[in-house]
Amino acid sequence: MNAPVATDVASGRATPASAPHGTHITIRGLYKSFQGQPLYTNFDLDIPKAQITSVFGPNGCGKSTLINMVSGLLPFDAGQVLFDGKTLTDTKISYVFQNYREALFPWKRAIDNIKYPLQLAGQSKAECNRRAEELVASFEIKFDLHRYPYELSGGQQQLVSIMRALAPHPEVLFLDEPFSALDYEMTLFMRDKLQDIFQATRTTMILVSHDLEEAVYLADQVLLLTRRPTKIAEIVPFRSARPRHPETLTSDEFVRAKARCLDVFQREVRR
Amino acid sequence: MLRNKLAALTPAVGAILFVFAWWLLYASKLIDPVLLPSPQDSFKAIWDGFVGGALISDFLITVRRTLLAFVIAVIISVPFGIILGSSVRLYSSVEFLIDFFRSTPASALFPLFLVILGVGEETKIAVAAFGASLLILFNTAYGVMNARKTRQAAARVMGASRFRVMLDVTLLESLPQTFVGMRTGVSFALVIVIVAEMFIGSTDGLGQRVINAQMIFNMPEMYATIFAAGVLGYGLNLLFILIERKFVHWGGK
Repeated sequence: MNAPVATDVASGRATPASAPHGTHITIRGLYKSFQGQPLYTNFDLDIPKAQITSVFGPNGCGKSTLINMVSGLLPFDAGQVLFDGKTLTDTKISYVFQNYREALFPWKRAIDNIKYPLQLAGQSKAECNRRAEELVASFEIKFDLHRYPYELSGGQQQLVSIMRALAPHPEVLFLDEPFSALDYEMTLFMRDKLQDIFQATRTTMILVSHDLEEAVYLADQVLLLTRRPTKIAEIVPFRSARPRHPETLTSDEFVRAKARCLDVFQREVRR
Repeated sequence: MLRNKLAALTPAVGAILFVFAWWLLYASKLIDPVLLPSPQDSFKAIWDGFVGGALISDFLITVRRTLLAFVIAVIISVPFGIILGSSVRLYSSVEFLIDFFRSTPASALFPLFLVILGVGEETKIAVAAFGASLLILFNTAYGVMNARKTRQAAARVMGASRFRVMLDVTLLESLPQTFVGMRTGVSFALVIVIVAEMFIGSTDGLGQRVINAQMIFNMPEMYATIFAAGVLGYGLNLLFILIERKFVHWGGK
């Protein structure tokens, strides 16, 4: 558990030459095992900039483990993760957790939760307030942000989590099954909200989802993983124009991409 | 409307029945009235004792000792609890000691403290503080140890240093459990102080007053003092629940 994070800083700040143009995150030679069981061995991956990459795969294949390692929440045994050639320490990232109840700070009002990362970054009170107002305006928030998180509905809490994540203008946004605890109506609303944010900010996003429909709907590419030891099964692109609407779900393009993902998924599950 | 008004009185039903049963028992003369005085006589003793009587001064002395013991316990054990709780290895190295002394009846330590501190104010407060501090210590440590990992991770991924995570997340996360420790700690301190007042050469305090009233068979006085001790215990618990609600409004949510 406490193995040091191995990052090879000596290799310099440039993106590895092997990575295609437009790559934001390069993962090279990633190793991770749990209690002697290898989960990732010599894992390589390029994640494109200003796109949404969905991560999908069989249960227990390590979807969340992957983004936790990339985001620095979980140490890995060996390997290198670079963001535009920079290490994690020089990169501003944000993370939206599945369990918003346990991720928000219940002792702070919603608005103060949103300002917290800005305070951590040492911004002045005026700067924090200005950024918070900006977010409130762009999210068209109708509920009272001066309430405590536990006084808000699940959807509202996750909205606050997302606002908190976006407050410091992150270069990369990680989302770990962000909508899986919400009802379907709220999920549809939040998907579109997230898509709006993406279109407005073009932030590189990595979304772990256990819902294939959602994974494809939001993604520019779907990263499909195999059973452990985890490999890339396939990367399925989905290039449908944005903004996508609920009608997108019935378009040929969507149906084809989703069918392709399902094929690969089933092949991997049966393997 | 009337129904609602009556419903509001429900919590008082038990107390009213209790006094009524007491009165019935008294009126039936089944028990010697010297041992069981009438509710009226007892209430009069309480009233006289509190209004300008000696009961109030003994009451305040017991309050002072209990709170002093409690404050000493908090000052010592909250910081230690935080330190112990922040390292599982550190805590497990002293867990046996804490559990052992927590399970040792604090009253069994009176002779030891008497030898060290003598028959004075210090001994009563020290034993009570000792007992309360162990309760607060292990609750605080558990609060810190059981802080939600997701919240700590959330702060860490936002770039908070270890120190900031501790200060901004772990400490607040542990607060509900710390308050549980403080609430049980203050009740415990009261128990020990009353016992100490009874048996350790005391000349004042509610404990000493109960024993004295019993020895001279002043039953209304004894019941009044027991009632005063009950009021104190209940009041302290209520006070801590109110403070808890104010300061850890998110507890259990």
